[in-house]
Amino acid sequence: MSELPGDLRFTSEHEWLRKEEDGSVTIGITDHAQSALGDLVFVELPEAGQELEAGGEMAVVESVKAASDVYAPISGTVLEVNAALADDPEKINADPYGEGWIVRMQPSDDDLGDTMDPDAYQELLDELES
Amino acid sequence: MHEPLIFEKSRHGRRAYAQAPADRAECDIPAEFLRDEPPMLPEASELQVVRHFTRLSQQNFSIDTHFYPLGSCTMKYNPRACNTLAMLPGFVNRHPLGPERYGQGFLACMHELQEMLKAVTGMKAVSLTPMAGAQGELTGVAMIRAYHVARGEPHRLEVIVPDAAHGTNPATATMCGCVVRELPTGRDGDIDLDALRRAVGANTAGIMLTNPSTLGVFERNITEVAAIVHGAGGLLYYDGANLNAILGKVRPGDMEFDVIHMNLHKTFSTPHGGGGPGSGAVGVGARLMPFLPIPIVGKREGEPEYFWLTEEHMPQSIGRLSGFMGNAGVLLRAYVYMRMLGRDGMRRIAEFATLNANYLMARLEQAGFELGFPGRRASHEFIVTLKRQSRTLNVTAMDVAKALLDHGFHAPTTYFPLLVPECLLIEPTETETREMMDRFADAMIAILHEAETDIQRLKGAPYTLPVRRLDDVKAARNLDLAWKRS
Amino acid sequence: MPFIPHTEEDIGDMLAAIGVPDVESLFDEIPKELLIRDLDGIPDALSEMEISRLMRARAAKDSGLSCFIGAGAYEHHIPAVVWDIATRGEFYSAYTPYQAEASQGTLQTIYEYQSMIASLTGLDASNASLYDGASALAEAALMAVRANRGTKSRRVLLAAGVNDTYRKVAAAIAGSQGLTFERMGLDSTTGASDPGALSDAEDPPVAVVIQQPGFFGTLESVHELTDLAHSQGALVIAVVNPTSLAILAAPGRWGKQGADIACGEGQPLGVPLSSGGPYFGFMACRNALLRQMPGRIVGRTTDLDGNPGFTLTLQAREQHIRRSKATSNICTNQGLMVTAATIYLSLLGQEGLARVALTSCRRTAELVELLCSIEGIDRLFEGPHFHECALRLDRPTGPVLEALAERGILGGIDLSGTHPELGDALLVCATETKTKADLEAYRDALRDIMS
Repeated sequence: MSELPGDLRFTSEHEWLRKEEDGSVTIGITDHAQSALGDLVFVELPEAGQELEAGGEMAVVESVKAASDVYAPISGTVLEVNAALADDPEKINADPYGEGWIVRMQPSDDDLGDTMDPDAYQELLDELES
Repeated sequence: MHEPLIFEKSRHGRRAYAQAPADRAECDIPAEFLRDEPPMLPEASELQVVRHFTRLSQQNFSIDTHFYPLGSCTMKYNPRACNTLAMLPGFVNRHPLGPERYGQGFLACMHELQEMLKAVTGMKAVSLTPMAGAQGELTGVAMIRAYHVARGEPHRLEVIVPDAAHGTNPATATMCGCVVRELPTGRDGDIDLDALRRAVGANTAGIMLTNPSTLGVFERNITEVAAIVHGAGGLLYYDGANLNAILGKVRPGDMEFDVIHMNLHKTFSTPHGGGGPGSGAVGVGARLMPFLPIPIVGKREGEPEYFWLTEEHMPQSIGRLSGFMGNAGVLLRAYVYMRMLGRDGMRRIAEFATLNANYLMARLEQAGFELGFPGRRASHEFIVTLKRQSRTLNVTAMDVAKALLDHGFHAPTTYFPLLVPECLLIEPTETETREMMDRFADAMIAILHEAETDIQRLKGAPYTLPVRRLDDVKAARNLDLAWKRS
Repeated sequence: MPFIPHTEEDIGDMLAAIGVPDVESLFDEIPKELLIRDLDGIPDALSEMEISRLMRARAAKDSGLSCFIGAGAYEHHIPAVVWDIATRGEFYSAYTPYQAEASQGTLQTIYEYQSMIASLTGLDASNASLYDGASALAEAALMAVRANRGTKSRRVLLAAGVNDTYRKVAAAIAGSQGLTFERMGLDSTTGASDPGALSDAEDPPVAVVIQQPGFFGTLESVHELTDLAHSQGALVIAVVNPTSLAILAAPGRWGKQGADIACGEGQPLGVPLSSGGPYFGFMACRNALLRQMPGRIVGRTTDLDGNPGFTLTLQAREQHIRRSKATSNICTNQGLMVTAATIYLSLLGQEGLARVALTSCRRTAELVELLCSIEGIDRLFEGPHFHECALRLDRPTGPVLEALAERGILGGIDLSGTHPELGDALLVCATETKTKADLEAYRDALRDIMS
């Protein structure tokens, strides 16, 4: 099981968030999520400029055996999407916290909402295991 | 052994000369409407085409060649007479819009089929038009919606679906503009009645149920379920995929279902054809009769005796679902099947389907396999779970399925229902011999033995088929969906 | 008991292995009050000999008439090879190809079919079939709504030539998701669409549906209509006759950008009239819309040894995985009909199919000329036709058709019921199956009736 990067926040839907220096937030799915999905074959991304509501649909990640919705963990506007995923969705499998980032957003407020720190997420994972 | 594509066997200028008009006629269509380039179709001789598709057919498993214990699919023998008689020239050459007077033979068969389906299901009226189970489901949910709207309750949009349901159920609910409410299943396979009581209310349109359920066990509390849902003002929809388990023993109408769809390509033995055509005829109780899809065959005193009921006869119908009247040829096959079984034959279907399933289940349990629901009777199908073996031996349901192919059996249904991990859903059907089931059980035992002694080899199965295991990740990433001339 | 192989000995041994005294015990979980004793309303069993006799008598009742009806289902010569091979047990009784290694025959056939449909329609990808042409249009409309992110409209605009039954079916299937279906007006001279409703940009539709040839056999200006629709931000759905695609412009080449989705009734490709079904719906689309396309799709890939093979792909969009968010609820489609169509197209090739199309077009033109030579019969529309034509009569159509039927001729479709604005009208169709003698026999019978 890989280490959880210390500078990230996590959600119970297995997403991670990283607050950037310029105030924007980068979002992706965790190692646990990519492993459960299997080899990814396609990622459906939102468009730059799109407004997202917390809890609303943000992206869809598709493997051979599943197509999962990725929900926006916070409200805000999409600044940038990881266009490299169009040709290489497997980046999410290979490097879920780095090159496999999905969306970068401008949050509508400063509060990172209902997210947890790496230890709390690790606890959640341990509970799921048992 | 890979068979080249028909395009790869083509040569420019070749074709089956006997099959098209001798001359290239002139036509008056102006150039602006015409193609600029001919389409890319094969150019092969008639013998090349015969060899090509004959050889392709030989790469398939089929009921005619292999035992196919696919749970929820009811892969029973497709009687040849059904095909021969459905394809008699008088039926096969008849235009659907021909006058009723010159279609009385066909219409008589359709009317009698409607009546027989009513009798076996205990429903009040039947429409034969839906062209597959999924379309039958669409019909059922659409009729339920129409019923509530007609009674001034359009807000009833929630459809309750057990979490073990076939994927078409929730997909259908969404297609009809409804909202799905999932219901948990109890540990012993029955619906959680308390959860159901909490789930119903003023917004309930109805519940979609299969009985026996997709877990292969009979919903013992069905009478209570019906009372709860009806009590809240909702209706009951019956997914007839598992009708083979109760045909001739129990009628869905007696279980208080308001609408049922039947899979004629399962229970009534019409051919699976490599993915259809099927037929999803629907039956309804009195509440939903006005909403049935058209057309339906009516019968009267007078000439002609059989006629079509259409929009003018059924103003509240949910409408038409097909260009004509559904999969007529499939319906004729089902009609022949039911006439050949007759009253006694149909009563025996459930008995022997259930006997075969329970026998195979007993043999596998005795051999050490873990059952999904060990305390319960099998209906016409049952679940084996390999979750223990997946932990101790690293063998999965997929591995066992692929290994079975090498033993000459089509695999059972795998990974459905989603609730039971590493599961095989096994349905032998009533047309299989006891020896066949013994051989299948022996193959399963041999595979488990191989898992213990040579797991690496097992994981590479199949070895004896035209192809080895296929890379489906590559298939989805590097999409190659049509041949292009290079 | 037909088809059940158990002997008394088998039954005894099996019950012993299970550990129950009789078969009834296996049903002991079912509440007693639900178990029925007998099946009323089901007649006694017939032997194969008896049912054969019954069916032959009934089929004979429905035979022997010369058919000039089209209206969405067309009589063409079907080579003997087609159904001889399609009804081989290995195709006929095979299951859906979920276990790909055991289904390469079916999967490769579907891949070849997809390739042919993609080429006929001039689009990038085809699916493995839908139920029929009418329900394919419903699915295409739903697909257009999913794919056209540029608008919130759920208004679908139909060209005048779109089969009215298709409109009804689309409304029945897609209406519950808020889609509405409206028509463009009909130009009464040409029988083609009057695009006025489309140019009027107040509420642009999400999709425009263009049928070619139209229901009356007339031809639309598909290039102009396509460009006009695209300029309004609408997607274009082509509803096309597959035989006609041997000679008519492919939807992928309509206008500047091409149609976005093409669908239609596949029955003319090797499937007999068979009283209305089973037929099959075909659907193809541009790559950009691929993930919104319903139905199964077969892809080519490689196996563990690197050899080519075929498998179902993009299944994550389908009901068994995506469940309530699936592109459609479709599961079983029309596999056997697709097998037949693939064999048919392989035998005919582009030259053979073009000859079928051209000859059918020619025969209809010849028939129309012969019939219009009778006093009281005229063409309704000017302009080019494919293999159907609408005629105007000087008296009610119904009795004329009945009189023709008594003489062994199914003369066509009475349009006056479904299209009262056209007056006493008749839709006739003649395909390559009709000889000059057949056409003259029709003319002679009609002349007799009309005099």
